[in-house]
Formats: sequence, structure tokens, C-alpha cells
Amino acid sequence: MELPPRWAVLLFLLLSSTKASRSAVDKEEFQEELLLKPLPDRKVLAHFHFESRAPRNSNGRRHLHLFPKAISQMVEKFRVKEMELSFTQGRWNYERWGGFDTMSSNNAKPPGVELWAVFDVPKEQVDASWKNLTHTLSGLFCASINFLESSTMYSAPDWSFRQASGHLRYGMLPREAVCTENLTPWLKLLPCRDNAGLSALMDRPSIYTSFYHSQRLHLTSNASDLEGLNPGIVLEQTLTVVLHPRSQRTILTHISESYLQPSWSLSSIFGRKVNGRCALAKSSKVYLQLERGLVSELKKNIGSEGYDGEANFELSVNPDRVLKEENSRHGIGSSLLYEFSVDKYSNSKPFDLGLTWKFPVIWSCQQAPLHAIRFLMGSGNERGAIAILLKSTDLNDSSPGADRSSDGCELHVNIFQIVPWYIRVYYHSLQLFVDDQLKAVGAFVEKIHVMPSKDKISPGMMEMVLKLPCGVKSAALTLDFDKGFLHIDEYPPDANQGFDIPSAAISFPNFHASMHFPSNDSERKSPMLSKFQESSPVLSYTEVLLVPLTTPDFSMPYNVITITCTVFALYFGSLLNVLRQRVGEKERLLKSKATAVKTGRPSELLSRLSAKLRGRSQEPSQSPSESSPLINSKLVLKVLLMAALAVAWQYYFG
Amino acid sequence: MPKTETGTPKMKPRPIVRLGIFLISHSLLVCVVCCTAGVLALLLLPLLAKNTYISENALMPGSASSMISNRDISEANRLASDLSGLNFEPQDAAALESRGILTKYMSDLGAEVSYHKFHHKPNQFHPLHFFSSPDSTSSVKNFSCSAHGLNTVGIIRAPRGDGKEAIVLVTPYKFGKRGATYKFGKSGAAETLSLSIAYTVFSLLSRVTWLAKDIIWFVADSQYGEYAPVEAWLRDYHLPVFTGLGTLNADTCIKIDDLYVFEQKSIAQRKISDGFRRAGTMAAALILKVADRNELLEDTLNIYAEASNGQMPNLDLINIVNYLAVHRQGLRVKVEKVLTLLDSRWLEILGEIFELLGKVARSLNPGWKFGISAADYIEGSATLASSLYYQALGIPTGPHGAFRDFQVDAITLEISPKVFPHNKARHNEFLLRGGRLVEGVIRSINNLLEKFHQSFFLYMLTSPSKFVSVGVYMIAFALLVAPLPLVAASLYADANQLDLGVKNTKSTPTATASDELDITFRSWKWLYAAREVFLIHVWGAAVLLLPYFICQIPNCSPTSSTVIWVFLSMLSLLILYLIGVSPSTHVSISQPEEKGEWAILKSATISVVFIGLLVMSVVNFAAAEIGALLLVPMCLMAQPLKLDMKVGKLRSFLRIICNVVLGFVAFPPAAFFVVKTIFEGFDSIDMGDFWNWMESLWAWNSATYIYIGMVHLPCWVLCIHILLHSC
Repeated sequence: MELPPRWAVLLFLLLSSTKASRSAVDKEEFQEELLLKPLPDRKVLAHFHFESRAPRNSNGRRHLHLFPKAISQMVEKFRVKEMELSFTQGRWNYERWGGFDTMSSNNAKPPGVELWAVFDVPKEQVDASWKNLTHTLSGLFCASINFLESSTMYSAPDWSFRQASGHLRYGMLPREAVCTENLTPWLKLLPCRDNAGLSALMDRPSIYTSFYHSQRLHLTSNASDLEGLNPGIVLEQTLTVVLHPRSQRTILTHISESYLQPSWSLSSIFGRKVNGRCALAKSSKVYLQLERGLVSELKKNIGSEGYDGEANFELSVNPDRVLKEENSRHGIGSSLLYEFSVDKYSNSKPFDLGLTWKFPVIWSCQQAPLHAIRFLMGSGNERGAIAILLKSTDLNDSSPGADRSSDGCELHVNIFQIVPWYIRVYYHSLQLFVDDQLKAVGAFVEKIHVMPSKDKISPGMMEMVLKLPCGVKSAALTLDFDKGFLHIDEYPPDANQGFDIPSAAISFPNFHASMHFPSNDSERKSPMLSKFQESSPVLSYTEVLLVPLTTPDFSMPYNVITITCTVFALYFGSLLNVLRQRVGEKERLLKSKATAVKTGRPSELLSRLSAKLRGRSQEPSQSPSESSPLINSKLVLKVLLMAALAVAWQYYFG
Repeated sequence: MPKTETGTPKMKPRPIVRLGIFLISHSLLVCVVCCTAGVLALLLLPLLAKNTYISENALMPGSASSMISNRDISEANRLASDLSGLNFEPQDAAALESRGILTKYMSDLGAEVSYHKFHHKPNQFHPLHFFSSPDSTSSVKNFSCSAHGLNTVGIIRAPRGDGKEAIVLVTPYKFGKRGATYKFGKSGAAETLSLSIAYTVFSLLSRVTWLAKDIIWFVADSQYGEYAPVEAWLRDYHLPVFTGLGTLNADTCIKIDDLYVFEQKSIAQRKISDGFRRAGTMAAALILKVADRNELLEDTLNIYAEASNGQMPNLDLINIVNYLAVHRQGLRVKVEKVLTLLDSRWLEILGEIFELLGKVARSLNPGWKFGISAADYIEGSATLASSLYYQALGIPTGPHGAFRDFQVDAITLEISPKVFPHNKARHNEFLLRGGRLVEGVIRSINNLLEKFHQSFFLYMLTSPSKFVSVGVYMIAFALLVAPLPLVAASLYADANQLDLGVKNTKSTPTATASDELDITFRSWKWLYAAREVFLIHVWGAAVLLLPYFICQIPNCSPTSSTVIWVFLSMLSLLILYLIGVSPSTHVSISQPEEKGEWAILKSATISVVFIGLLVMSVVNFAAAEIGALLLVPMCLMAQPLKLDMKVGKLRSFLRIICNVVLGFVAFPPAAFFVVKTIFEGFDSIDMGDFWNWMESLWAWNSATYIYIGMVHLPCWVLCIHILLHSC
């Protein structure tokens, strides 16, 4: 009888609490956004950004409306503070698609799978949490992320990748093939999946024939609002695709004098249109970004100060707003953002943004201060060297030079590199060439942290801060390595392809890519724009390297077994033979035979016994010298007989 | 073999020992049988050749239909006409212009274009750098600005690939060096044609979506030969030098500014970085050439595969090219053969004999199919001979050799058109065929997930679709070499009057004390022989180094160089002989016996020949094989002429003749000239040819050079020494 009132009270409390939270900002919400950006090499970048937020609850037993339960459970269970998982196919072209904006530093990822996570657990439990996390994610995303569980695959960078002393784990799987089976579970985390809203644009064939696509999942959770942030989990899902507008392809090639950018529309690059927003989304917006270089080029073409540049191109849909970057530092120009709200579109009136260029325009993207190339040196199966070459990109000083002049002329470069254990890097052989001259390492390295690899236990890791003069033309680092041997069952399938060295991350801590757009205070800023506003260091990844190692001939286990058995038989046979005989045994034996003294040796006894059984007197044993010709002739006869038989057999039946 | 002094029955040695003793005691018979069998096995090789097959299933050649369209071809034609429409008055400007055109076309396709500068340095012999072939340090110093070249490299990044691997397509092209002769000369046209084929493929590959590996199109500036630019580029690719060189080049030699000026003019305004661009690990390389000679029957494809020191690319690479060329494009595929062998009489007779034998065998049992027709046999052995020769020479037959030095499989495809295509339709058809062939090969390699490892690396071709694998051609060599240790052992035993326990079991008297001393003394006698052999080998090494000094003499013609070389070698041999080797030093100590001294010397020589040949067979099998053919009979036959003179029978007379002939033939220069006379006729003989030949050997770091100096020549000298021995 006492139950109902308690129930009621509990229910009331719960309701009131949700109401309270709903009235506050941090209720569950979902926002979807799409950014489109023409790239200098006639391609189009599409960047989907979905953000789900859920308030962090204390008892952990709340019903979730929008936020994926799997993720929230995972965060609760493994106490993930921050995590990022990315699946990437293709390479981000830093030279053509830009290396100095938030897009490239946040969304350009190395090929394959990259996973890092910061845990909110004591240091000694981090590894266990990581292992569990990898297995969970592996199940969640149908990928072999569980291979990151083994301690040879991940490492714990201290400061070069992200400041998280001891709680960060980082692993990469460069060879992971990315396909729809990874995209579908990722889409399942969205409240509308790909049935409505912007995600309906994700036509699988057009995404997977793209030049680059990277699907990313970024998770931050704040347990308490100590840091001034709202407590809760923020799940950021992005998909970055670089597409080639296909329909124009046939026309524009071979009209080489016309450098008109291809015109495109959503329906031409994705084959689909947007039929309204996802009903569960708080906002649903499409942006078209014209980057700084393009805007300044357009201005030049027009010759006026007006920022619209509409004379150069034509949009099929009128933008709801035009945002201009608030630019204080870069004098070159500021990027433009056209905002379209999808709210007012529906099935009957789908949203199909199109862009038609009228005049040729050529621009280039902003480059990171140094362009990083990593490659292998040497040939053969024995040893080699890894080289990281940093080249200055400002050949025609288009890159931002503002910081550089003010900054006391120092260029900091963070290098973070993991090398699998079977590539035995000799870190003492680090050589540094600055502007084609061999320099002492100590003069330019501000900070270095090296964890040599342990065979079959942990990979080698190098974190380093280079302090280069800012007028540097090029800097090269080389590290020698020996190639190790693996045990036969450690070879992956297709071992003859070679082994991968995962990408190195190169970041420039005193260069920050951020874009500020004016915010109207009436509504909350869109998550993507606030992401743009966050100042993040310029980060780029280098190429994955392929090291050919010596591989056993897997196709010949039988031969190996045969040879080994033969060797063993020969060895043990002769060894036993030697061990069995005493020194001088043979001579004594011969002597005893010659004197014809019949002793009671078992063999003699046996032969005598058998002779008796047959009822014949035993023949005296013949000396070998006498018997050999007889045996020989018999043997020859037998061999001849066999040969004749064989020939006859071959002739008649063969 | 210790004997028991007692009267008991003799102990029976182990069977394997008995077998050995048996063989040694019948060494003469074994020699004859093995050598004949060895030569016979070599002659039988064309019969034993197997058909090639594609071993790696992932390659899947020809399983996709070709995608080259007429548009690619018309673009390529436009490129060709742009290139040939240039005004060739100032050569440098023409080179610049044509390079610019090429760059523009490449970058219009979306490729990353870069230039690669290299300095041609003529091959310098340096004894210390012999085996350290891909060294980077030596290239830094002393280059002259006149001898530089500029290669153009275009890279297509595979759209969805991870950039770990790359396929290289090489077309040699002489930028601007064609001058006025271009209009009529064919070479320029042929090169432009190869460029158009490559461009056709390149333009296709820039569009396709199936690429998994990056494509590098390397247009080699072939004004200093085709090998040098490829080699320089590969070295910079694999072993870059970070210090100093880059700035030095840019400042002094190349007019990079001009290039940029040109680029500015172009509408593209794309930056052409002078930086070295890379793609990942190279999976394979194709060198594409169009020959300027015309074929009689149909379009043919010549395949060149031999790299330095007899290394060959994986057989699968040749297989896919052969398969696609024959079954898809209908080209006639050829590999190099020794043409003079084709109409040699003895080979024909041999072929007929084998054919007859095959027929007989087939009549006995239809299942036995080892006979081939005489014509096939002749073709096969001519190809095999050329294969053997080029492998033995150790000089790469084309730019593909440079790739093999970095463990990249590469072959040269030389397409020669039937009629030089002047009319448009024929021209386009030729481009289409060539383009489809290259496309198919690249697509096959692109399919490959692992590197080439399935098929053979050690093989010889007897026709484009037939090969002899290592397991088969080893037999001939093994048979030739097998009698050497036996003869050495038997000679040693004879000379020391050792009793091997078989020949004379009862004749040996009991040893007295003085005899024992004699035996111990005799058993150490081989040291004198060993010393002599060693000294002669040191002399051989010295002879090897002589060309380095002769090269320093200015204005020396090949003929005079040869003469100087021979003279110096003889002189040093004489000095050596006077100092150390003269037999008088120890002849007084040991009483000359009936066979003694020369037999031990011969035994030591034969042992050294055996070891040398075995070592060489690991380094370069073909060279060892040819060496064994020359050396083994001579070494086995060698016997002091004096002995035979004394006897004066027909048999010994024959032996003298044999010895003299073999001794003459096995002398390297003599062998060279004999072969040259046989193949080219007597009138083309020139002393300088030998010098040139040897020079090319050391310039290409061929191990055959070392072999000739360290094994062949000393052993020949020792054999001559035995022949002239005063017993």
C-alpha cells in the first residue's frame, strides 16, 4: 500500500528533472549541416556534419530520445573522455585541396582506420579500457578495429599529438578497407538514418567512387561542468567527400583552352536531392563556402569591392544569408559562406543547389607553412631509412606570413610517428638536414621523446618538436632501420605485399586555423561554424609507407617438411650409428669372425636356431670379400630384370 | 685410409666412402661421361623447355576489355603534331619548348608534373666502387654543366588508392636534339610515336577509376643514352642526397627560370615544382620504345629483360606481356636471338637427330612427347644462346637494368611497326594496339596485390612462350663441374702414391722409418702448388686493376690500350715468375717422380677452378656455365707436352693437339676473337674490340669481369704452365 505514493513521487521527480533540463540549453538535440566547397582542381568537397548532444546524467539510467544508446553506454562504461574514430579511403591532397584550414586539419585523415581516445580512468586502467573500447567499436562498426587491441598496434603519445598525459591511446590500421558496411552502422547512429534530411544525399555509389572520403566520429563527454562546458556527451559525425562533378566531364576535357570550372548541382554530384529536413533535427542547413583565395580572385576579376562575386557564377537557389568571415589577421581576403536553410523544402519542392560558373577562375588553396613528404630510402630486404621531408610551400608567398614576421621567426613543427616493431628504427641515426645542410640535431630539436620498439610487445614511437627558422626552405629528417623477421604465423595474409608504416602526424602548434563568422545572437551558432571557430593547430598526415620484408615461401611447406625430415633422418641416423658402436668394435668383430669362434651372441644364436628349425645344418658365415662378387652378379641380374619389367610395362600399358 | 697391420680380414669401409673411392679411381671414365653428358644436356635444353604459364592468379591479364578510345588517340596525335611542329632552330629553345608542351599536356590531364635534373657522368672505372653499384656519394663531385639532362616526370595519383605502390612507364625521348634531321630521320618520329603511345595510355589512366597504384610516366631525356637518365632518377628516388646538390644544380646549370617563364605563359599557370616528386614503392616498370626499323611481316614486339649480372625480372611479367601481345593485340613477339646460329649446319643436323629421336620415342609410346621439330630446335637454341650470352655478359640490355638494381621488375618493350605509319588510319591503329597492350599490362600489374613473387626469377627463354627453369639448366652445369673434384682427388692420390684401398691392396710394402719421413714430406708438397696457384691469382687480380691505370693515359686508342694491357700483364707475369714461382726453388728438395709435381699443381688448379666456378654460378649462372664449357675440358686434359712428346704414339699426339686447341680457345681474348670471327666474319676483327668489350664489362660493374680476371685467366695461365712443364 505504500508503493503508489513513492512511485508517484519518483515519477514526479523524474519528470520535473527532465523538464528542468529541457528548459535549459542542454537537452538532447540533433543538428545536421552540409558544407559544399569548390576545390581548385575542379572537384567539389562535400562535408556532412551531424551533431547529437545528450546531457550527462548522474545515474546513467535515462531514456534517450535522439542520442544513440550504444554510444552513450560505451561512454559510460569505458569512461571515454574524448574519442575520435575515422574511416578513410583515398588521400587528402594537401597541395590542391588545402592544408591550412579547419577542414584539412580536422577532417583530412590518413587512409584506413585511425582511432584515438582519452579516458577518464586512472592511468593503469587505461590500457584495459582501450582494449575493451576497440572491441566494442569493432562490433559497432563492422571493422577490424579489434586488431588495435594488441599492444604492438597502439601507443601512448605524451604531448605531440594532443595534450593528455598518459590517458591518451592512439592506434592506426592503414590497411583497413573502408566500404558501405562501415557506413551503414555509422548512419544508424543518426536519428533519421539516411531516410530523411541531408543524409539522404549519401548515395553509396557516388560516395565510394569519390576521390577521398573520410567518415569520422568524434565524441566528447564532460562529466561535470568544471571546465565551464556543459556536462553531457557531444557526438559529432562527419563525412567528408571529395567528388568530381561527373556530368561535365566529357565536355570539358580536351577543351584545354577553357579553364572553366565545372558547374555542378547536388543532383549531379550525388544523384539525389534533399527532400526536406530530418524532422528530428533542430536545424538543417546547407552552406556553400568560397574560400579566401577564390574570393580574392573573384574580386580581382570583377574589380569591385563588393563581396558577392555573383557575376562569376550563378546559384540556382538564393541563399538565405551570406556570411563573411571576420578577418583580422589575413590580409588576402576572407572567405564567404552562403547559407541555405533546408526547412522550407519538401518532397514536392526538393532542394537542389546548383552552381554554374560563367568565367574561368583559377585560384589556389592555402597551404600549411611546410609541406611534409615522407618516403623510404634504400632498397633490398635488409635495411633502409625513413625520410621526412618538410618543404616550404610559399614559393610565391601566398601563404599567410603574418604570424611568421611577428613571431620571433621560429617555426615549430611537431612530428609524431609510430613505427611497427619489425621495422627496427635506430633512433640514434637521426640526421637532420636544414636547407640542404647537415645540421646537429640538438640545434633544431627542442624536445624529443622516443620510445624504442620492443619486439612483439610494443611499437616504436617518436615525438619531436622541431624549431626551425622561419625562412627555412626545406628540412629533412632521416632515420635508419633494419628489417626484422617475423614468426611464420605472424605474417598477415598477402604478406608479399609488404608491411605498412602508418602515417606520421605533422602539426604546427603556432599556426592555428580558424574562421570566425559573425554570429547573430538570436539563435545558437551552428555546430559546424563553431567548430570552424575553434582554433586548432594546423595538422597534416604523411603518406603510408610500404616496406617489403623478407617473406618465407608460404607455398612450399611440403618441401620444407621433406627437407627437414631428411636432414633429421640423416643426422640422427649417423649419430645413433656412431653412438651404438664402441671404438674398435668393428675390428674386433672381424677378428672374432676370422678365428671363427662361435660365441653365444644373440644373432648367432638366432641364426642357429632358425637353421635348426629348418632342419639344415648351418652354413658357415662367408667372409665379405668372397661373397661380394656373388652378391654383385645377383644384384645386377635383379636390376636388369626389374628394368626389363619396367620397360615392358611402359611399352604395353604406359 | 689406415691399414691394419694384422693378418685379419680387411675392414670394410662405409659404402659412401667406397663409392667415393670407386669414382676417384675411375676418374677418367667419369670425366669423359660427365663432360659429354654436360655438353649434351646443354644441347638438349631447347627440348626440355616448358611452356610458360601465368603463375600468379591475381594478374588476370586480358580479363577486362580495353578502354582506350579514339579520343585518347586524337589527343596523342595532337601532342605529336605539336611536338613535331616545333621550330628547331635554336636547340635549347626547342628542347625547352617541347618539354613545355609535354608538361602542359600532362598537367592538363591532372597529373603532377615535375622535372628531374641529372648530370651525366661517363662511366669511370674505380676499383673500390666495383660492387657498390647504387652509391650516391660518388655522384656529388665533379660534374660539368654541359652534361646535364632534364627528365620530365608525370604522376597520376590513383583516385582511391593509398599511394603505397606505383607503376612506372618509361619513354626515352631526345628533347630538342633532333635538329634539322628530324624531318626526314626516322628516329625522332619513332620516339614521338612511343611518346604518343604512352600519352594515350596516360590520358586513359587519368580518367579510370580502377587504379590502385599510382602511375609514374617518366620521359627520360635520352641525349646521353637511355640508361643514364633512368639510373640517375632511380638513384635519386631511392637514395636521395640531401646535402648541397640541389642548390648547386639550380644555380649553376639549369635555367629553371626559363621554365617558369614558359609556365607563366601557359594559361594553366600551374606550378611546376622542381622538387622531386615521389609515389610509393615501385611495383613494376615498363620501358616503352618504338623501333625505327621496319618489320617485314607484321607489327612485332621485342622484349628485352636481361639486367645486370644475369638477373631477370619475374617470369610473370614477361608472360603477361606475351599473352596480351599475342592473344589480344595480335603482335608478333620476339626475344633476342643469335641470328648466325639460325642457318648453321651443325645445329640443323642436331635438330634433325633430336626430331628423329622424338619420332622414334613417340612411335614406341604416344605419351612420350619430348621431340620438337628441327626448325623449332634451331629457333630455340638460337634464342637460348642469346639468352645465355646476355646473361653471362652481365650487362643490362636496356634501361630496365637500372630498375633491377633496386629490386624492381622491369622489361623493355620495343614495338616495331610493319610499315612506318604515315597514313592516318594505319597510324591510329598502331597507336591503339600499342596503347591497348600497355594498358592491359598496367591493368594486370594494378590487379596485383602482392609484389611479383609467384613465378620464376631464374630462367632462360627459348622463345617468348617457352622457358628453361633453373632446375633444368643446373643439370648441364652440375655435370660439367662434377668431375673436377674427383680428378683433383685422384691426381693428388696418384702423386702422393696414396693407396686408396682399392687398386692395389697387397702391393704396398711395410713402411720403414725413412719412408715415413718421405711420406710426411710428400703430403705437405701440395703447399708449393697452392702457393703457385695463389700467386697466379694475385697476378690475375693485378691484371684486373691495370685498366684503371691505362685509362688515365690520355688519347689512347682502344687498340693501343689492348697492347699496353697485354704487355703489362706479360711483364708482371714474368716478374712474378722470376721472383717466386720458378720451380727451381723447390725442385731440388723433392726428387721429381714420374708424375709428382705437375700432377699436384694440376690438382690444385682444378680445385681452384671448381671453387671459382661454383662461386660464380651463384653470382651469375650463365657466366659460370660458359666458363665451365671453356675451362673444364682444358683443365681436365692438361698434361705436360713433354711427356706426350716422349711417347710419340697416336693417342698422345691427339692429346697434344687437343691440349693446344683447348689452350688456345680458353684464352679469353682468343675466345672473344674466335667467337667474333664465327659470327661476324674475319674482316671485322680489330684488336681494339677486345678492349672495348672489357671496358663495357667493367663500366657496367659486371661480375663477369671479376670472373675473367680472378678465375678464368689465372687458371688458363696455370694450365699453360702445366702444358709447358719440364717434368
